[in-house]
Amino acid sequence: MSKQEHLDLASFRARLEHGDENRFWRSLEELSNDEAFDEFVKKEFPHESQTLGEGVDRRDFLKLMSASLALGGLTACTRPLQQILPYVRQPEDVIPGKPLFFATAMSLAGSSAGVLVESHLNRPTRIEGNPDHPSSMGATDAFMQASILSLYDPDRSQTVRYIGDPATYGDFLGALSQVLVQLRSKGGAGLRILTESINSPTLGNQFQTLLSQYPKAVWHQYEAAGRENVLEGTRLAFGAYVNPVYQFDKADVVVSLDGDFLTQGSGHLRYARDFMGRRKVRLDKQEMNRLYVVESMLTGTGSVADHRLPMRSADVESFARALAAQLGVSGGAPPSSSQADFVAAVARDLQAHRGKSIVVAGEHQPPVVHAIAFAINGALGNAGSTVYYTDPIEESPIPQTESMRQLAHDMETGAVEALIIIGGNPVFAAPADLNFAHGLERVPFRAHLSHYYDETSALCQWHVPRTHYLEEWSDARAHDGTVSIVQPLIAPLYGGRSAHELLGVMTGEANEAYEVLRGYWRSKLQSLDFEKSWRKALNDGVVAGSTLPVKAMAAGGTLPPPTQNPGGLELVFKSDPTIFDGRFANNAWLEELPHPMTKLTWDNAALVSPRTAAKLEMGTENYNGVSPLAEISYKGRTLQIPIWVVPGHADDSVTLHFGRGRTRAGNVGTAKGFNVYAIRTSDAPSLGFGAAFGNLKETRQLACTQLHQSIDVKTLRGERDIIRVGTIEQFRRDPSVVPETEENKVRSKETFYPPFKYEGYAWGMSIDTNLCTGCGGCVIACQSENNIPVVGKDQVIIGRAMHWLRIDHYYRGRPENPESYHIPILCMHCENAPCEPVCPVEATSHSPEGINEMTYNRCVGTKYCANNCPYKVRRFNWYSYSEYDIPGRQAIIKGESFKAMRNPNVTVRSRGVMEKCSYCVQRVNAARQEAEKGDRRIRDGEVVTACQSACPGEAIVFGDINDKTSRVAARKAQPANYGLLTELNTQPRTTYLPTLKNPNPEIKAG
Amino acid sequence: MQIFHRSTNTVARASIFGALFFVGAALWVAAMVNRSPYVTKQGTVEPQPVPFSHQHHVSGLGIDCRYCHTSVETSTFAGIPPTSTCMNCHAQIWTNAELLEPVRASFRNGTPIRWTRVHNLPDYVHFNHSIHISKGVGCSSCHGRVDKMQLMYQFSPLSMEWCLTCHRNPEKYVRPKSEIFNMAWAPADQATLGPQLVKEYHVRSVTNCSACHY
Repeated sequence: MSKQEHLDLASFRARLEHGDENRFWRSLEELSNDEAFDEFVKKEFPHESQTLGEGVDRRDFLKLMSASLALGGLTACTRPLQQILPYVRQPEDVIPGKPLFFATAMSLAGSSAGVLVESHLNRPTRIEGNPDHPSSMGATDAFMQASILSLYDPDRSQTVRYIGDPATYGDFLGALSQVLVQLRSKGGAGLRILTESINSPTLGNQFQTLLSQYPKAVWHQYEAAGRENVLEGTRLAFGAYVNPVYQFDKADVVVSLDGDFLTQGSGHLRYARDFMGRRKVRLDKQEMNRLYVVESMLTGTGSVADHRLPMRSADVESFARALAAQLGVSGGAPPSSSQADFVAAVARDLQAHRGKSIVVAGEHQPPVVHAIAFAINGALGNAGSTVYYTDPIEESPIPQTESMRQLAHDMETGAVEALIIIGGNPVFAAPADLNFAHGLERVPFRAHLSHYYDETSALCQWHVPRTHYLEEWSDARAHDGTVSIVQPLIAPLYGGRSAHELLGVMTGEANEAYEVLRGYWRSKLQSLDFEKSWRKALNDGVVAGSTLPVKAMAAGGTLPPPTQNPGGLELVFKSDPTIFDGRFANNAWLEELPHPMTKLTWDNAALVSPRTAAKLEMGTENYNGVSPLAEISYKGRTLQIPIWVVPGHADDSVTLHFGRGRTRAGNVGTAKGFNVYAIRTSDAPSLGFGAAFGNLKETRQLACTQLHQSIDVKTLRGERDIIRVGTIEQFRRDPSVVPETEENKVRSKETFYPPFKYEGYAWGMSIDTNLCTGCGGCVIACQSENNIPVVGKDQVIIGRAMHWLRIDHYYRGRPENPESYHIPILCMHCENAPCEPVCPVEATSHSPEGINEMTYNRCVGTKYCANNCPYKVRRFNWYSYSEYDIPGRQAIIKGESFKAMRNPNVTVRSRGVMEKCSYCVQRVNAARQEAEKGDRRIRDGEVVTACQSACPGEAIVFGDINDKTSRVAARKAQPANYGLLTELNTQPRTTYLPTLKNPNPEIKAG
Repeated sequence: MQIFHRSTNTVARASIFGALFFVGAALWVAAMVNRSPYVTKQGTVEPQPVPFSHQHHVSGLGIDCRYCHTSVETSTFAGIPPTSTCMNCHAQIWTNAELLEPVRASFRNGTPIRWTRVHNLPDYVHFNHSIHISKGVGCSSCHGRVDKMQLMYQFSPLSMEWCLTCHRNPEKYVRPKSEIFNMAWAPADQATLGPQLVKEYHVRSVTNCSACHY
């Protein structure tokens, strides 16, 4: 069957028009009646038979078998003696066996969120959100969760280097001071410092000191995926840099202009918490906010939208202007005829909610769109109620691209004598047209402080390893300006130095970060007892009273004239949702985390709409990951990248995620994916035109999990869908939203086995899919908590990803603009579990509290349980993924250092063992033991599963369903509560609440 | 024509029966070996850097278990005392004893004493001392008469079968909470006391897998 037939959109549309418009689909091939596709979906492990014996011939096999028999036989004879090393002097608070939690904060691209780090005997093992921190509220995202893996990464730089060779920090300081003495006599002329966006007040203060000592030195900043557009937008609108802060809990109507405020950018965890708080539809709260999204690529925010209009990112400005015109903002423009009705309806809705609405623009949208959004918020009276402004949270906001251009120019002309690069990876990430690498090599003295010996380090004479945020003292501002003290959880594992130390050396002041930090805060904390305030700030994770005050801002004047919109095919450059701007490329958890929308792992691709793919004559079979390779020629540069079709993507638009294609990332991230930075230029950092596509007539195999572990609906229940969605109107008419039908009712509750009595606790979970953006934070939280291994791209391709929790992504409706639904799927902990009776060794069994237990040391690996699980939530260890290499296969996460990272309360599984979600039974047991020691019951909310704690939307609630006052029981009492495939009489303990939309009745569907 | 003598029938029958017996016996031997102190390491004294005598410190001096094993009531791990605990006394007495040189060296140099682990559960078993203490399981129930051990050894087999003897019938083993750390405690009438304590302390028979394995 040819590729064109797979993507036969005409027949697809015909199917939809013949009564299938309410059907859910997961891939464009799904309704194409392709036998190969059906076969692919049916096989849980598609290539099982092919990998047997691959790479090992008969002789090697015999050698291995005899060796392992001999070694296995010998080791069985003696049990190795273990040692116990107590403290010499035990610290007061440390109780072996009990973790401690320390508050700190993680910064990313100029904004931070507070975390609580779990520490077992001074080894940090896990990241939780800090409930007292305004940007976290207890939630975490995938980057924060996965940062613990980067801490222990043995690929991090471990030594100072001079021209690639190991050197000492002393050597570096000697060379640096020589250069500085020279420069100082010239007032610092020729000294340049390049950093990322800095949101540390202490570091900012150190920079001011440095610049006062070297008045002619220049401090450059560059962040490839930063907030430059937002800040420039504020300057355009208000004449000064300010920091907009949104209060989504007060907004009834939200319009997102190509933004993804729920899953990305400064404050997104808080924004998701506030926004989703308005979407918890219950019997006693039958209303929800309304979200309009216009965007090119489908995002987490877009998939939640009540009305989503795909449009090229370049057209968003004219949409915003049209909206502004309707709302009486001068400088607006009339809408295009096709959008007129939509714009008018949105404008009326906003007018009706003056002071209770928000218009927010995406970070990659040009400054003018941000300025328009600020103006609209001003006109609607939102400023001061749902939106407020503060001073910038960055220490010294500048036009970063311009600053970078200046630096590149000065390097070329030889005006730069010494360049100190603190963090960042400009050789990889700087705009391609600036030729940063070329200029850099003309600088006589160049040093790079970085976590890895990366692309930039390799071109600098000096490289100094940098401390991870869990190894250093610092401070950081959050989205609303609140400062957290960053405290070290562990001494630098690889001898890193922090930016404070380096700056301290350069300014000649204190060179201990701790002293610098305390010195700064001693002058800032106007309290009678500094030590007391300091300790409180460390304990709480926030510095009391540090939130930036609200600034009254009035948008002045008219909007700038419209920017030229050339039309035609556009390129949209965005940071990667899982490895960000490339800095997390060596983080295997994030590499293997499926892209929230496309479900691609380990790779990036040029994302296009079905129609654009047809236009470019590059159709793809999305289901098996074989993707045609295109060559993009753009502004004299070329990029080879596979094409990937995304339903709902705007036509004539190509989304390119930058960050992959690293050449010096480490063992995990090097040469994974395609380097989009190669064609990203400084004049068009986010939107570009004039690209030409060539079909290289080659294909690339990508690893996409969209159809892996698919619940095989066609076989199981004929023509019915398993997930439930509805509208708020439906809910008001009938709170069950989608009533039970004959088809999904259990015909008989009888089983062969006596029923369980759940007399004590009965654990259960409720997932409100209405609150889920599909961001993937829970997936990494689960991976971190439960020591889940990473399997690698080759194994993902054959369906062996080990995530206990996956987020299934369903579409509904026309492929041009389908509705998009996320549903987290984990073990359902069935009361009548199909997996239990088929295990020949009783390795999977039922606990008296209803948890479906998996006992690893009993499992012999028959996989019968996985075969019998209709939800496909069981994962098999085909290899010893987490321990060691075997012939033909390298473990991805290996090394002594990672042993310290593992959760000591969860067994690390070995080869040949089945595993799956345990409802975080280690947390349940710990809570039960504590409760029983106090002779009481476990309180509601005392057991929080890892996925639940991470979720910013509070979609997941866990608890005792026997306790009728518990939150989970309250959710399950909602008439809309439903289980998946309940007609099989599995009686799942994990149940769902439907996704609800709140469409504007004035806008026709679609 | 008869190749084999008729008596071979008997030999054949006997060997079939014998084979069954032999296989059964082999399995029985394997099961017994597996439970034997050779495998469980019961009663084995492991080499230690300092020949610490529990008998001397507990019976002789009357030091409570919790003086050294401080976290036994609060944590999964009972705790091995830091060197500073030893030095509380040994900074004053036996200050020149050669036996104690490793302890003094540890304190002097700040390097921990490397004790050999005596009680070693597999990594896939999660045992919590504190919950057992709070439910009325005495130290000596599992660790034996530590107060009579010159050198420490493992008293119980620590096999799952052994755990389950108590987990199935806790009333046979629980004792009053006041007697937990009493090495010499013996029940006067466990048959009446046991069920009474089980009720009072809300002790449950916990035998599901994920109670210990996760």
